[in-house]
Formats: sequence, structure tokens, C-alpha cells
Amino acid sequence: MEINWFTVIAQIVNFLILVWLLKRFLYKPVLEAIDAREKKIALQLKEAATKKAEAKKDQDLFRQKNEYFDKERVAIMNAVHEQVDAEKQRLFEEVRQESTVLRSKFEESLKQQEQDITNRFKIKTKDAVFQIAKKTLSDLADVSLEQQVVTVFIHKIRNLDGAAKTKFIEALKNSDGLITISSVFDLTDNSKQQLEKALEKITEKQNDFQYELEPELVSGIKIETATYQLSWTIDSYLEALKKESIITKDKENAIN
Amino acid sequence: MRISPDQLVFWEYGFISLNLTIVTTWVLMFLLALGAWLVTRNLKSEIKTSRWQNVLEMLVIMIRDQIKEVGLKKPDKYIGFIGTLFLFIAVSNLLTIVPWYEAPTGSLSTTAALAISVFIAVPVFGIADGGLKGYLRSYLQPNFIMLPFNIISEISRTLALAVRLFGNIMSGGLIATVLISIVPFFFPMIMSALGLLTGMIQAYIFAILATVYIAAATQDEEEIEGSG
Repeated sequence: MEINWFTVIAQIVNFLILVWLLKRFLYKPVLEAIDAREKKIALQLKEAATKKAEAKKDQDLFRQKNEYFDKERVAIMNAVHEQVDAEKQRLFEEVRQESTVLRSKFEESLKQQEQDITNRFKIKTKDAVFQIAKKTLSDLADVSLEQQVVTVFIHKIRNLDGAAKTKFIEALKNSDGLITISSVFDLTDNSKQQLEKALEKITEKQNDFQYELEPELVSGIKIETATYQLSWTIDSYLEALKKESIITKDKENAIN
Repeated sequence: MRISPDQLVFWEYGFISLNLTIVTTWVLMFLLALGAWLVTRNLKSEIKTSRWQNVLEMLVIMIRDQIKEVGLKKPDKYIGFIGTLFLFIAVSNLLTIVPWYEAPTGSLSTTAALAISVFIAVPVFGIADGGLKGYLRSYLQPNFIMLPFNIISEISRTLALAVRLFGNIMSGGLIATVLISIVPFFFPMIMSALGLLTGMIQAYIFAILATVYIAAATQDEEEIEGSG
């Protein structure tokens, strides 16, 4: 239980050395490390906060953009829908018009066919009538149909009533001399002479005549100048026949 | 029977004597410094650290917080002195579990040396903090009549520090020795375990008291008293 003063001094020195050693190797480095870490963490937190703020900003921006895009998309879609509708309407209209045109064309062609059939009938009927009349006349009275047609025509010219006669004469006088006479058959020289004579008598003037053969001519004979034409027709026959042909055609349609 | 490790002398030359206390202290110093160096030579300031670094950091932070709690606002300034007091006493007491080890704190010379260190450190820190005038004025608190009492208290507490630590550690060792001679098994083990506890508590008390004395001597403490 005694104090050894040398030991006391030695221990004080030892203790001071230990203080220095631990300060040097323990407290200082550890505290520095802690401080550095705290600083680092603070810095990282700050950075994180900054990044978070940035991210928030970006997010807001993107959201705004998205909303804007959505709106724009809807607007564009609507516009496209409208355009498509309009285009559809237009195409429908086009098709409708085309179909109308086609229908009318079809109807026209139908009409044309009808007309053609009628015409063919007319011609055939005419031929038949001519043949029959020709045969009958030659068999019974020894008169050719051609001759008879010319005679009737001349008779018709002579018996033209007032206004028509004046008009006819005017036309022939103003014809510069050339008068075209068309017929379905070849006129005999006698017939030609008779015609020319009759016309000269009416017009009281010498005329040049030109004869043409026209198998499609419905009438038997036709006088034609530049401005006038007169024909002898077998209209009464043909009208009756036309009616008959229409009835026939209706029957055909009904069958089809 | 040997009471103090001072009594085992290895080498002597006049006034100078190399006894067990000094040798054990050297060994402890070496162990502490080596351990600290081994761990702190590659410290990291990353988020993830090694286990030993974590242990040391925990220890240092704990000491620092204790100093702060007592009232010293700048613990880093005092941690060298107070922390070393605590670590030295704690380690030297803890190692009593090692067979044939005799704690240097079980020698009155060592505890006296530590108490004298505190006795000197208190005015040194006080003057360093508040100047000579400020420190001397603290002896006149609350008035000049208290001056002799303040001086007596200063000396007596130093003595108390030294004797308290010595008595506790020496008695722990002594009881273990006595008990071993009476009840050789089991019971001395419990007393040893108890000795570890008292050793730790003594280390804590010594360090805390030193802190309180220093705090009383520095401006910081005065401010707290003034405001409180």
C-alpha cells in the first residue's frame, strides 16, 4: 500500500504517450472518417434532392406534353374521321352518279335497240309492202309499182295546196339548178322524163337532175334541194305496222 | 502475498525500477496502439465499412456523446484525454480474465498517476478555454470565502479519484485471490465476472468524473450553470 514515485512518474509519461498514440491512430482518423462520411451523405442527399426535383420537373413536362399530344391526337383523329366521312360521301355520290349514268346509258341503249328493231321492222315491212304491191299491180293491172309510185308522186306534186305549193316552187327555183331525186328503186327513163317534165311545168324553168339510189329510204321517192325536201311516203301503212311491232316487242320483253 | 504489481521488480538501478506495473502498461499501450493502427490504417468514408471500423466508430462516437452530455460543447478537443483515460482503464481492467495478469490499475502508483494527470489537466483545459483569469475566477465562486474550500475540494477529489480506482481494482483482485484459497472452484469465477463489471464501471466513473471536473473548469460549464 505504498506509492512508488518513480512508477507514478513513469505511468504519467506512459499515459501521455498513450494519449498521443491513440489521438494519432484512433480518434483523429476515426473522427475524420465519420466527418467525411457525414459530408458525403449530406452531399448525396442534396444531390438526390436535386435529382428528385429535376425528375419532378421532367415528369411534369412529360405529363404536359402527353396531355398536349393526346389532345392533338384526338383533334387529328376527329379531322381524319371527318375527312374519311366526306371522302366516303363523295365516293358514294360518285358511284351513284356513275350508276345513274350507266343506267341512263343502258336505258338509252335499250331505247336504241328498240328503235333499231322498229327500224328494221319498218324496212322489212316496207320491202314486203313494196313486193306485195309490186306483185299485185303487175299481176292484176300490168302496171309496175315503180311507175305507179312516180305517177302518184307527180300527181301529189300537182295537187299540192296553196302555201305548200308556193314553198315548193320557191325552193326549186332557188336550188341553183341541182335537184336530187332519191328512190329505193332504179327509175326508168320514162319515169325520169315524166318527173322532169312535171317539175319543169311547175317551176317553169329548166333544171339539172341528179338521181340517187337509197335503199334505206322509207318513202318511195324523195325530191331534195339544198333547203327543201319532199317525199312520197307510205306513212299510213308504217304507222299501223309500228304499233304492231311495239306490241310484239312488249311480248318479247315479257318472255325475257 | 503481493498486493500491488509494483512489488514485482524486474530490474532496478537506484531510483529507477522496472516493475510489473510499468511492463504491463507498456504491453497494454502496445496492444491499444497496434489495434487502433491495424483498424484505422485503411479507413473508408463510404457508406459500407468494415466490422472493426464500425466497432471503433461506435466506441469513439459513444465517448464523444458522453462528453457532450456532461456539458462540454466541443468534445473533439477533450476526447484525446478523456477517451484515453476510459480506454486504458477499461482495457486494463477487462484483461483480468487473462490468467496471471495483474491489472496496472491495481497499483496505487498507476491510479495516482492518472489522478495527478486529471489534477493537472483540469487547470490546463480551463486556462486554455477561458484564459488564466477566467480559470482563477472559478475558485472565487460563488464568492471569495469559498476559495480555501475550492482548493481543498480540488486536491481531495484528486485523491479520491486515485484511491477509488485503486481500491476497487485491488480489492477485486484480492478477493479473487483470497477466495481461490478458500473455495477453489466456481465461486472465484463469479467474483471474476463481477470484477469485470466493477472494472468497467470504474473506468466509466473515472472518465466521467474527469469530464465533469474539466467541464466545471471551462467556460462552457459556467455558461450552462449561469443559464440554468
